[in-house]
Amino acid sequence: MGLLDYFRGQRPKGSATVAKERLQILVAHDRAERNRPTYLLNMQRDILDVIRKYVAVDMDAVSVNYEQDDDRETLEVNIVLPEPAEERA
Amino acid sequence: MARIIVITSGKGGVGKTTTAAAFSMGLALRGHKTAVIDFDVGLRNLDLIMGCERRVVYDFVNVINGEANLNQALIRDKRCDQLYVLPASQTRDKDALTKEGVGAVIEELSKTFDFVVCDSPAGIEHGAMMAMYYADDAIVVTNPEVSSVRDSDRMLGILSSKSQRAETNAEPIREFLLLTRYSPERVAHGEMLSVEDVQEILSMDLLGVVPESQAVLNASNAGTPVVLDKISPAGQAYGDMVARYLGEDVPHRFLAVEKKGFFSRLLKRG
Ligand SMILES: Nc1ncnc2c1ncn2[C@@H]1O[C@H](COP(=O)(O)OP(=O)(O)OP(=O)(O)O)[C@@H](O)[C@H]1O
Ligand SMILES: [Mg+2]
Repeated sequence: MGLLDYFRGQRPKGSATVAKERLQILVAHDRAERNRPTYLLNMQRDILDVIRKYVAVDMDAVSVNYEQDDDRETLEVNIVLPEPAEERA
Repeated sequence: MARIIVITSGKGGVGKTTTAAAFSMGLALRGHKTAVIDFDVGLRNLDLIMGCERRVVYDFVNVINGEANLNQALIRDKRCDQLYVLPASQTRDKDALTKEGVGAVIEELSKTFDFVVCDSPAGIEHGAMMAMYYADDAIVVTNPEVSSVRDSDRMLGILSSKSQRAETNAEPIREFLLLTRYSPERVAHGEMLSVEDVQEILSMDLLGVVPESQAVLNASNAGTPVVLDKISPAGQAYGDMVARYLGEDVPHRFLAVEKKGFFSRLLKRG
């Protein structure tokens, strides 16, 4: 082991720490994605179609959030309606 | 009834075939009648690592297609008469492995063998899916490196949703982590994920840690499963891992930097 390696060994935060942090985020994201029911995307489209019958909204006006913990599943549907015309003026 | 074990990973080149060869030889050496199947159709590596490449006459696909029976295709190992190799073909395309065909071969092997070890190809395509579909146990071979760990986690998702056990709501596949190409020096320098890091991320049972070792290359050069090299750390680590799989309580070794030089000599004298 060289002198340089010796000093490097003293430094606690090496690239492995960064690797671990990145992996923890990535794996959590992958797992959440895996657990999403497959019907979500179709449902999101259907909801959007219904809303667009009444209000002109953008394609991204509806967001669907799915969460799962030990004893329940929650589905959060968020619809952003356009601002009223007078406020925009 | 045989127990079916898949050696899988997602990521390529992490040591699946090395592990399949060592693990199946280790089981056979302990007296268990074991068959090891190469699912890497088109590449065919297992027979080379096992050192029986010149004895291949018929292969897995021949058996599935009914062009040969199992007894004609199975190659009995010359070093251990409890071990048989079912090689992959080099020429056929992967679709030759049908779910029914693979199932029939595994069922027939199940009648006379104790263990059937399936060496999966890399990736999550058809060949890898076929290798894991009938598994009772999975050994997920992982290197301490970001893309390998991530792929292992993906493979866990596949094992728990796409296998026969998942599809029939049977008891889930038992999943074991095997960390390979581990370098305690680089871990000590903070340059490599530690066993604890990987375990924390994947939260799996640890079956073993195989150190990075020249002995693995030597073994593959010679066509000898590395577990037969009882002197090398990698060979010993594979031996330990087999014992653990069979239920023995064996402590993990080769996790810390080997003490070298003045201090260790001093310690040895004392
Ligand atoms: N513990 C180890 N120490 C050193 N080299 C290793 C170790 N394990 C595997 N290797 C080397 O890594 C390379 C890939 O190994 P192997 O063929 O077993 O991987 P694989 O996962 O089966 O690959 P593929 O995905 O292509 O099927 C080989 O050259 C092998 O010698
Ligand atoms: Mg391989």
